Amino acid sequence: MTSRLRVNWIACEAHGMCAELLPERITLDDWGYPIIDERPIPPELEAHARRAADACPTLALALAAERARRR
Amino acid sequence: MSVSAPPATLPRLLTGMTSSGAMTLDHHFEIHGALPALARRRRDSALALVNELERSGLRGRGGAAFPTAVKVTAVAAARGRAVVVANGCEGEPASHKDRLLLERLPHLVIDGALLVAHAVDAGEVVIAVDEQATRAARATDKALRERSDLSRGAPRVRLVTVPSGYVSGQEAAIVNFLNGGPAKPTGGPTPIFERGVKGRPTLMNNVETLAHVALIARHGAAWFRALGAYGEPGSTLVTLGGAVAQPGVFEIEMGASIASLVDAAGGPTAQLRAFMVGGYAGTWVPADIGYQLPLSPDELREFGASLGAGIVFALPSTACPVAELAFVARWLSGQSAGQCGPCVYGLEAIAAALEQVRVGVGGEGTLAQIRRWAALASGRGACAHPDGVARFITSGTEVFAEELVDHAHRGPCAGCVQRHLLPTPVAPTAQRAT
Repeated sequence: MTSRLRVNWIACEAHGMCAELLPERITLDDWGYPIIDERPIPPELEAHARRAADACPTLALALAAERARRR
Repeated sequence: MSVSAPPATLPRLLTGMTSSGAMTLDHHFEIHGALPALARRRRDSALALVNELERSGLRGRGGAAFPTAVKVTAVAAARGRAVVVANGCEGEPASHKDRLLLERLPHLVIDGALLVAHAVDAGEVVIAVDEQATRAARATDKALRERSDLSRGAPRVRLVTVPSGYVSGQEAAIVNFLNGGPAKPTGGPTPIFERGVKGRPTLMNNVETLAHVALIARHGAAWFRALGAYGEPGSTLVTLGGAVAQPGVFEIEMGASIASLVDAAGGPTAQLRAFMVGGYAGTWVPADIGYQLPLSPDELREFGASLGAGIVFALPSTACPVAELAFVARWLSGQSAGQCGPCVYGLEAIAAALEQVRVGVGGEGTLAQIRRWAALASGRGACAHPDGVARFITSGTEVFAEELVDHAHRGPCAGCVQRHLLPTPVAPTAQRAT
């Protein structure tokens, strides 16, 4: 089972912690909002991705299991 | 269903429409026939209707072109008493077909809403209309009071006016509004066919879609399919604006070319530079290619375009496309619900940069920035507004590359001083308290 990063754009306030903790998959745009690499998270990045999601002050970042995704 | 189907000619929906005033219920039944009797055993007639819709191949006319039967089936299968919403909000400024239907042919929409309500066993029907579309709201209200068939065990039907706005006609925004919130697309994780209005399974259809349902239920799927192509059957309403002799709403066979649509409107009134297809979330197509384009969702998709809610706008060569793009980008930026950062800041940046290009400040680097910001805006919001703006602007920068570069170097052109042609809603005159 793979997982992907999902952003709740309404909740996101551009704190930018995620890009600090997971630079492999997250960069910031001109205003500090995350640009997410949509590819599935490989096992070696799973722990970092989890930490990035947990660190989000507004809980806007989620690590969602692939099968739970909705269209 | 009906055995005596009318011939496969146009118009269908617009049959008998007069140049002003709503068609009365008597006249409506005279032209289209009475509503098919809904069997006492609801399940049987509901199933028959869903089957007919499925065979008809009808797809939604609000912009997404989703198969109507699939939507109805999903709501019918969901747990709980359903709510039906007829969406007549029509947030696209260049579209007039939904308010035309409600203003002139409200009984077609009411018929369709009652039919799908029967199919999903809904306890309530809401007809949602833009609060500024006062004529449409009045005509619908009057039409509802003509219907004696609304008393006998029929679901409660109510008219609701929704705050105006480009994004407030979106499904999620209407559900939010009907649930007591602002008319903003604050989509939850659960699809509305499971939990929508009041947490109930909700079937939301565009009002034109419902008008087609009203006729399919009477004349059958085969009749509907006698026009259009296999994958794209039937007729569809298109609003044609811009430099044509008689702009307005036209009922066309699905797949008809833009050239035939322009002909139906009395031809162009100037040399055309480009067509805007699909509205402000749509795409630009150069005029020479555009004339040949078939107006159907699948065929337009091959050109990276979409029919949207059925919108075509003919931009004349005399207009300045840079000024038009800058003007619409500014308006669309202001129409952001303001919920998501990438939309709020991204669209503002795009709009400001386009105006800089128009007046010749910033050079070609600013043009590159616009393309980059448009690419970034896509897919980064709670709704598809930034995606739509990105598509509209990106295709505009491709089709009008020459004019944009020219402005970036030389500043405003002669066409810039004209009043813009692309429409935005006219705000009602402020009522002054005395």
